[in-house]
Amino acid sequence: MIVQFICRAILLGVPLLYGSTGEIITEKSGHLNLGIPGIMYTGAISGVIGAFLYEHACGNDADKMNGILAILIPFLCAIIGAMLMGLVYSFLTVTLRANQNVTGLAITTFGIGIGNFFGGSLIKLTDSDMPSVALSKTSQFFCTKLPFADDLGWFGDIFLSHDFLTYLAIAIAIGTSFVLNRTRVGLNLRSVGENPATADAAGINVTKYRYLATCVGSAVAGLGGLQYVMAYANGVWSNNAFGDRGWMAIALVIFALWKPSIAIVGSLLFGALCNANNYIQGLGTETQELFKMLPYVVTIIVLVFTSMRKKREHQPPESLGLNYFREER
Amino acid sequence: MSKQPAIELRNITKTFGKVVANKNVNLTAYHGEILSILGENGSGKTTLMNMISGIYFPDEGSIHVNGEEAVITSPKDAFAYKIGMIHQHFKLVDVFSAAENIILGIDDGKYNLKKSTEEIRKISEQYGFELQPEKKIYTMSVSEKQTVEIIKVLYRGADILILDEPTAVLTPQETTKLFEILRRMRDDGKCIIIITHKLHEVLSLSDRVSVLRKGEYVGTVNTAETSESELTEMMVGKKIELNINRTDVNDPKDRLIVKNISCINRQGAVVLDDISFTAKGGEILGIAGIAGSGQRELLESIAGLQHLTEGEILYHNPKTDSIDNLRDKTPVQIRELGVRLSFVPEDRLGMGLVGNMDIVDNMMLRSYTKGKSIFLQRKAPKDLANKIIEDLEVVTPGASTPVRRLSGGNVQKVLVGREIAASPKVLMVAYPVRGLDINSSYLIYNLLNEQKEKGVCVIFVGEDLDVLVELCDRIMVIGSGRITGIVDGRTTTKEEIGLLMTKSKEETKESSDDN
Repeated sequence: MIVQFICRAILLGVPLLYGSTGEIITEKSGHLNLGIPGIMYTGAISGVIGAFLYEHACGNDADKMNGILAILIPFLCAIIGAMLMGLVYSFLTVTLRANQNVTGLAITTFGIGIGNFFGGSLIKLTDSDMPSVALSKTSQFFCTKLPFADDLGWFGDIFLSHDFLTYLAIAIAIGTSFVLNRTRVGLNLRSVGENPATADAAGINVTKYRYLATCVGSAVAGLGGLQYVMAYANGVWSNNAFGDRGWMAIALVIFALWKPSIAIVGSLLFGALCNANNYIQGLGTETQELFKMLPYVVTIIVLVFTSMRKKREHQPPESLGLNYFREER
Repeated sequence: MSKQPAIELRNITKTFGKVVANKNVNLTAYHGEILSILGENGSGKTTLMNMISGIYFPDEGSIHVNGEEAVITSPKDAFAYKIGMIHQHFKLVDVFSAAENIILGIDDGKYNLKKSTEEIRKISEQYGFELQPEKKIYTMSVSEKQTVEIIKVLYRGADILILDEPTAVLTPQETTKLFEILRRMRDDGKCIIIITHKLHEVLSLSDRVSVLRKGEYVGTVNTAETSESELTEMMVGKKIELNINRTDVNDPKDRLIVKNISCINRQGAVVLDDISFTAKGGEILGIAGIAGSGQRELLESIAGLQHLTEGEILYHNPKTDSIDNLRDKTPVQIRELGVRLSFVPEDRLGMGLVGNMDIVDNMMLRSYTKGKSIFLQRKAPKDLANKIIEDLEVVTPGASTPVRRLSGGNVQKVLVGREIAASPKVLMVAYPVRGLDINSSYLIYNLLNEQKEKGVCVIFVGEDLDVLVELCDRIMVIGSGRITGIVDGRTTTKEEIGLLMTKSKEETKESSDDN
């Protein structure tokens, strides 16, 4: 049962890891992108649309589907959909200098609207009685286990039995950590988020960095939405099922102190906390709801501790949430 | 040894709107020398240097680097010409280490922090800096931060270094150390330009001195052949004719008695050190001093906005004839007593007015507690706004225009007008004519004089010595948070004030020990 609990925690944690890695990349450039929930939702629906169209093109016949295409099409669709949302956000905040909080919340509302609109349309197209779209064939391609996973007992279950997006999430988080701390691009990006005026004076293109970081971060976050549909929900899309995972991803960013490496552990912890209520015997409905609160309580505790210790490295980027334009002093 | 000209400015003119910041400036600096640019605040020193370092572009004239004409349109261009400027306000990322800050933005292919750190160490040793490249900026002292800025410029290979008021933030010991390093760099063949208004530093450090006054180039002298008084004369120059009608002081009564106040700022530095003086009703007390010598803190102390470590401020209330200690009062209570502060900071809007609100709303900031019902009373502030617009000739489309949209001079009229309208007993104004044209300046001076005639105690912090001498009855000079002298406005000269202004800490202590 413990093995099952851990696997479940990983499954729940991966969308959060995508979301928070994406948001960390974005926030390091000084953009407080509160549109992440909407962007993840858009990523999910974009992937679903891609998968739906490909399944239809193959006549809903699993044998006719090409494994690589079945993965690649939803994958790219999710990235493009989410990136477009990031682009809208950057255009509004960098080019038009709109308030970041307002823009972010608008993007969230907008993204969820897009998701529900296209989700509803697809449901209508399927003509089924259920208010959902099932893409189980595509989901199977996504969830192909490593060949020897079943032969290694609990070790295989915990470490080798997941869908490829799970491994990709960890790889992206580690890669992000490396880029941020060990490369010139990372140094420049961090300086843009900390002190854009200094970065500007040093000849770094603040606008370029903010656009790129936001779009790349959004694309990463969008994959989280895709992973949720394809792996967690076994390819079943229904409107609003994604829940508050986007907000939890933002909470995870704070929990992780803006470090992708901590976010890996944090996502696992959040996943476990979200799920703990199902594994503890004898809980009433009301205590279950209290348990669901745990990830947020943990985030608040972390916030309290980090602000008490006041270590500068653990603080958010200094100009987070502030737009920059050179002429204003 | 014949020296090569490193940088030559020919007929440089720069204007901002109607304000002429630099007019026909000619200047030459050579390799292997330290050139000081001397001038009062607002004489255009920094603007001139910003043109060399690519922040501004001159309207007229040309800049020549190493004998060839150079077009410098951005800081990057300046680096290409091996020019580096160390600004008064540091441009550093706080959570980065010194090394990370130094290599930030340099695109030389490989990112190798270790190798860069070694190079930084080498530069530090070469010139005798003490710097740990791994240290984070936010743990550094001001002087260490400055070191990082200087090495940042050297690391980029600068040959011409411009330092804007480098000693303004340093202790005397740190200043001595910095000067040693600057001399070493000079001997290494670098051209060093230092902007300052501290005369004794100019004399001890530089090889030559160029003087600017009100944007114009006055002349250049060899430091060895000049004296403090000659430089003061050049710096202050001839006054422009001002017709300020200074009336005699009628029946002065002690209004404000400041006794031994001291104040420490958030960084823990002493900003006010044992200040004592008396301000009288019916006179204008001028306060002169180099920017940042404690003027702001002094006025804020009186207004109740600063926490005093020592001393007391006694206020004679002319209405009730009672004496209050302002130190125990809140800013609101102090204001109710009739002590008004109108401070015009560098950015003009920073204190006292809210840029996005219109004139009426800004009037209401001082009167919102007056209403009887829970709703705002808009009538009175609206009348007041219209009265100020009319009396002070504020140029605005109407009383409902956001203050932010007004020009600087008009903003200041609104600010000063509002404080005067409250019929204060003590009126403190700081830099009320900052950036104003001559006409508006006169208006403000006359307003202050009117208040004086009404028996108000006016405290006036000014930058322009000509005005201080013309306007004020008495002038108190402060330097580094201490009073360096109080002189009579009718008998003093600008030279005397100038000397008092630049008196250093040690001299002040010595002279007070002599007494």
